[in-house]
Amino acid sequence: MKVILRNPRREIEIEGRRRVHGLLAELGLPRESHLVIRNGTLVPGDEELDKDDVIEIRPVISGGM
Amino acid sequence: MKCRTCRGPAIIDLPRHNANFCAEHFLQMCRRQVEKAIHDHQMLNKSDRILVAVSGGKDSLAVWDMLIDLGYQADGLYVALGIGEYSEESRGYTERFADERGLKLTVVSLRDDYGYDIPTASRATGRVPCSACGMSKRHLFDKAAIDGGYDVVVTGHNLDDEAAVLFGNALRWEVEYLARQLPVLPSRHGFPKKVKPLIRLSEREMAAWCVVRGIDYIVDECPIAAGNKHIGFKEALNALEEKSPGTKASYYLGFLDRMAPVLAGIGASGADSVTACTRCGAPTGGEEGSVCAFCRLVERSAAHEPVSVELILKKSRSQKRAQSEVAQS
Repeated sequence: MKVILRNPRREIEIEGRRRVHGLLAELGLPRESHLVIRNGTLVPGDEELDKDDVIEIRPVISGGM
Repeated sequence: MKCRTCRGPAIIDLPRHNANFCAEHFLQMCRRQVEKAIHDHQMLNKSDRILVAVSGGKDSLAVWDMLIDLGYQADGLYVALGIGEYSEESRGYTERFADERGLKLTVVSLRDDYGYDIPTASRATGRVPCSACGMSKRHLFDKAAIDGGYDVVVTGHNLDDEAAVLFGNALRWEVEYLARQLPVLPSRHGFPKKVKPLIRLSEREMAAWCVVRGIDYIVDECPIAAGNKHIGFKEALNALEEKSPGTKASYYLGFLDRMAPVLAGIGASGADSVTACTRCGAPTGGEEGSVCAFCRLVERSAAHEPVSVELILKKSRSQKRAQSEVAQS
């Protein structure tokens, strides 16, 4: 699957299927500070992502006050 | 995963609530949390004229959207900070949001209206950029609210923001800052009332609100803020939250419930020593006849040759490298 990461924006390819939690753990990204989005829709943690999916992993932490 | 409310397919899991929600019931949960914050802390009335401080980021656009959704009358104010492409993009998101919904947005430009930008102010005054930025925004939001006859300024500070500030203040035992870290600052001495309706919602929940509601916002981090101490505090708290969901909420909301009343007397002391700036008339903590910090910053920054964002970032990177080398030696 194609995975789009942000800050900075970049794309990586992941082979095979993954559950959302598994993908985040594999990439070392904390669940509390990221959302996983597929086709403009949020995907919950136990959902299985298909090998042909295009996924955005969006960080949610901001630093301005 | 099933929605806790309707048992339909869930779109988000929220460990701190030990629950999953579908889109409809996730939005309902968020609205209820905001209504509870507004009610418990007497933040807003339906008749109030509200000014929302908007940045183009998820929190400020979400809070503006929620207030309109809940039937409040709210206009927006955006301050163009002059942080290169980041500022141009964030302004675009804000203007599109307002245009699409027919909302009133006022834009104040530091460069066009006051002759400086944040990178230049940082260099001219020796302040860290986030300090120059925060001070400029606070002054301009206050001024716009007073000049525009607004009853209250709303900011998009969320649970993570407040927990991180609390954590930083507690680490240094900044007792006076702790005493003032409240979700409502009442109107006094020429300052407008300021409220934070998102204190019961996390950063992840606010980003999810925007995705579900179809709100485009600037996802990229401010290049100058990236890696600052505040973000480090958030990461530390998130590490605790992952192991023990609900930690951030119990930390900050518990502070409001049990610690803030204990500190109330400290917060009130010294609050009356305010005079009017001799230059702009804004309230200032200085002695009689003094000029406020904003006017001093404008004077020094506007006289300085413009400084690019890249120059500030380069300096920041070289300072971090030097600190790292000292730490390793």
